[in-house]
Amino acid sequence: MLFQYAHALIGFLFGMVFVALQVWVLVRLLSPKVKEPMKDSTYECGEPPVGDAWVRFDMRFYTMALIFLIFEVEAVFLFPWAAVYNKLMAITAGKPGAWFPFIEVFLFVVILAIGLIYVWRKGDMDWVKTTMHGRFDDKHVYHVADDGNPDKKSVA
Amino acid sequence: MNWEAVVFWAMATLVLVPAFAIVFSRNIVHMAFWLLGTLMGVSGLYLLLGADFLGMTQIFVYIGGINVLLLFGIMLTRSEPVYVRRLAKRPKLAPGLIIGAFTAFTLVSALLGAGWRNVPGEPTETAGILGAFLLSEYILPFEIISVLLLVVLIGAAYIARRGSREGAE
Repeated sequence: MLFQYAHALIGFLFGMVFVALQVWVLVRLLSPKVKEPMKDSTYECGEPPVGDAWVRFDMRFYTMALIFLIFEVEAVFLFPWAAVYNKLMAITAGKPGAWFPFIEVFLFVVILAIGLIYVWRKGDMDWVKTTMHGRFDDKHVYHVADDGNPDKKSVA
Repeated sequence: MNWEAVVFWAMATLVLVPAFAIVFSRNIVHMAFWLLGTLMGVSGLYLLLGADFLGMTQIFVYIGGINVLLLFGIMLTRSEPVYVRRLAKRPKLAPGLIIGAFTAFTLVSALLGAGWRNVPGEPTETAGILGAFLLSEYILPFEIISVLLLVVLIGAAYIARRGSREGAE
């Protein structure tokens, strides 16, 4: 019974070995060896790292993660339905109530779509840009912070 | 030892070692990352029991969702590293013992009253079986779940929005 998951395990192990091979072996064999202090610094999307890794995240990340979690649970519930949908439609084809499986899930998705419309309309998904010197509000008007320098407006 | 036992002990180790690491770790972010191992081990145990859909849901929701939310929550709270031991210089022994004893009692009584038996035969694909139930016998709970999720979404968004507005002012 265990071996039905063997292919998943093999995929997992292959992925790990593949990454390890590249990071530790292939790089050592192929890359030119140039010592530079910048190379030992933390990788931050190719930019020189700024400040500490311990920064306070914006609240919007949390809201976005919450919204994501709800729709993830929705996706989990859609999966069992998808697993039997074709079989069920083949059985009920032509009979009264043939569209029942479709309508049921349509309702399920529509009810949650109301939630999506709600958070969208209420602006929970707006990503208001903040710069070091000010921020854009939801009307895209720029507000300069008290200590900000308005000349740096072009940053955002 | 057969294969089931080997996989079971491997998964049990994967659950327990990170669990101990969470308890003894000092850095709260490290704890959140150690939790990944425990959750993965639990998922492996589900798979071992033939509950393939449950195992995948565990990875999906707990590792992909809850743990990320947990990390965001930690990063929201403080702008400097949180070292738990420094916050609780003198851990309170009596409440810990009481809660520990109560938890142990609950777990042991559940363990003894579980009525253990072997998993019968070959496990089948559980997602299809669940789907058939959701479309027939449990159709009302299925629809209620979506209403429940809607309520949770609106409530969470409302509370988070209020929190961020207050924080910004």
